[in-house]
Amino acid sequence: MTALRAPLAAVTSGLDLQTSFTTTLQGIGLTPATAHLLWLPLPMLLVLVAAVVGVLVNVWLERKISAAVQQRIGPEYAGALGVLQPLADGLKLLFKEDIIPARADGLLFTLGPVLVLIPVILSWLVVPFGQHLLISDVGIGVFLWIALSSIQPIGLLMSGYASNNKYSLLGGLRAAAQSISYEIPLALAVLAVVMMSNSLSTIDIVNQQSGAGILSWNIWRQPVGFLIFWICALAECERLPFDLPEAEEELVAGYQTEYAGMKFALFYLGSYINLVLSALLVAVLYLGGWGFPIPVEWLAGALGQSVDAPVVQVITGSLGIVMTVLKAYLLVFIAILLRWTLPRVRIDQLLDLGWKFLLPIALVNLLVTAGLKLAFPAFFGG
Amino acid sequence: MTIASWTQWICFVALSAGVVIGSLGVVLLPNIVYSAFLLGGVFLSVAGLYLMLNASFVAAAQVLVYVGAVNVLILFAIMLVNKKETLAEIPGLPLRRLLSGGVCAGLFLLLLRVDVTTPWAVPGPSPVGNDATIRIGIHLFSDYLLPFELASVLLLMAMIGAIVLARRDVFTVDVITGEDVDQALIEKMRTPLLVETTPTQNPALEATR
Repeated sequence: MTALRAPLAAVTSGLDLQTSFTTTLQGIGLTPATAHLLWLPLPMLLVLVAAVVGVLVNVWLERKISAAVQQRIGPEYAGALGVLQPLADGLKLLFKEDIIPARADGLLFTLGPVLVLIPVILSWLVVPFGQHLLISDVGIGVFLWIALSSIQPIGLLMSGYASNNKYSLLGGLRAAAQSISYEIPLALAVLAVVMMSNSLSTIDIVNQQSGAGILSWNIWRQPVGFLIFWICALAECERLPFDLPEAEEELVAGYQTEYAGMKFALFYLGSYINLVLSALLVAVLYLGGWGFPIPVEWLAGALGQSVDAPVVQVITGSLGIVMTVLKAYLLVFIAILLRWTLPRVRIDQLLDLGWKFLLPIALVNLLVTAGLKLAFPAFFGG
Repeated sequence: MTIASWTQWICFVALSAGVVIGSLGVVLLPNIVYSAFLLGGVFLSVAGLYLMLNASFVAAAQVLVYVGAVNVLILFAIMLVNKKETLAEIPGLPLRRLLSGGVCAGLFLLLLRVDVTTPWAVPGPSPVGNDATIRIGIHLFSDYLLPFELASVLLLMAMIGAIVLARRDVFTVDVITGEDVDQALIEKMRTPLLVETTPTQNPALEATR
């Protein structure tokens, strides 16, 4: 379950990393079982490293773009263009004193941030960077992500309660309420996409969009769903304009108020990993995932190359990773721009938007998608 | 034993221990907040057991519904209704505890007997893996349609009940106290922060003017 998906033999015989890794180890004299055991943690570690590096890039972008929005320069001295600034931030948090407030509940206080972070990292299980480049092609795919993201509010409630501080408790309650309210339109938007691709698997969803390059991406067939999903994803990540749980002017910093050092860093990491994850999933669900705007098969055909040739395969694979990351970071850029240009909504506006606007729209979107699927099966995945 | 079976065995033991110890904690801990959080842990462990039985859709649904909705709702209720209530002394508490303990022990022994006597190794239908989602959908909309619809009616009733309870303006008189119900927003402060002072009652303030 945890190994890179067993590739189709004929298609990627030259690029099966797992087989070549295990055969190399067996060449040294290890048993197949040991070689397999050594292989198992590698994809997971790779994804973990990718997620953390993604966060570092994200923090740097946040600083630079916010500076540009406010006509400042931003971090400049830590490395070229300040690229080492996120590392400095991380190290600072690492060396800070770990404080547990005197009347706080120590156990829950420690467990809260962990419970916030783990589901977010686990969700990377289903993010594909290429046809075979994901940790596990579980059949329930995006549903796993929706289910895992529903664990997060428990961690937020836990840290809000354990801090023994009214701002923290209010922030935790707000975070949980917001997360639950926006989960429903989010799931309905995903459901419309799933209905078109007849599968919950992220791989199948991307493959269904790969027919005619940019023209077959889901954003053209699901424009309303795309907007609903993006708004809900921002609300789930607690990004401005929906950062009510940590609204500085009202709640100090919400559930994070009492946290310092690595425990705070876990929240910080969790929120940024969640942002990158949401952007990746928007790219997968609506922007064709690893697909190039022009189908790679056409390009290879125009250049007179076979798609199955090893060199072409390497190029296609790298192009897939680059395209996924590019699309995701384009969305992250939009999210950062939104954060530094829009004011925060009020709590009643937030709930009105979620329950009275997005939910009915998402339901209508689902109905229209079902109708279109039955009426035009050729275009809407019959 | 191979790596896979070892992993399975360890996971099974850990998850079962999580279910048993967690549910004991839910019942026995005096702090209700701990109980609620432990309940979440129990639900997660059960989801893990489903996952081990190749029922990934059911596992994810279990997490989504029980952990993400039910447990969060319970926590909300506990944290919003922060009412310190002194419970009245119950007469004959030791006898009651003894009786309920006896009933529970008897039930436990009965279940143990069932566990030992029943031949469990019955070959079930072959696992369908990822097609299970489709199978569940087909069943829900064919032979289990009535229970499915009844459950939705139940949920609708619960929702209407919650709205009626939350919207106090449908009652003009409080059911319990018989007083007129304040029909303003809940956020509104019921009592003014500062005690209202009139100039006649406060000569000191008068003097400063």
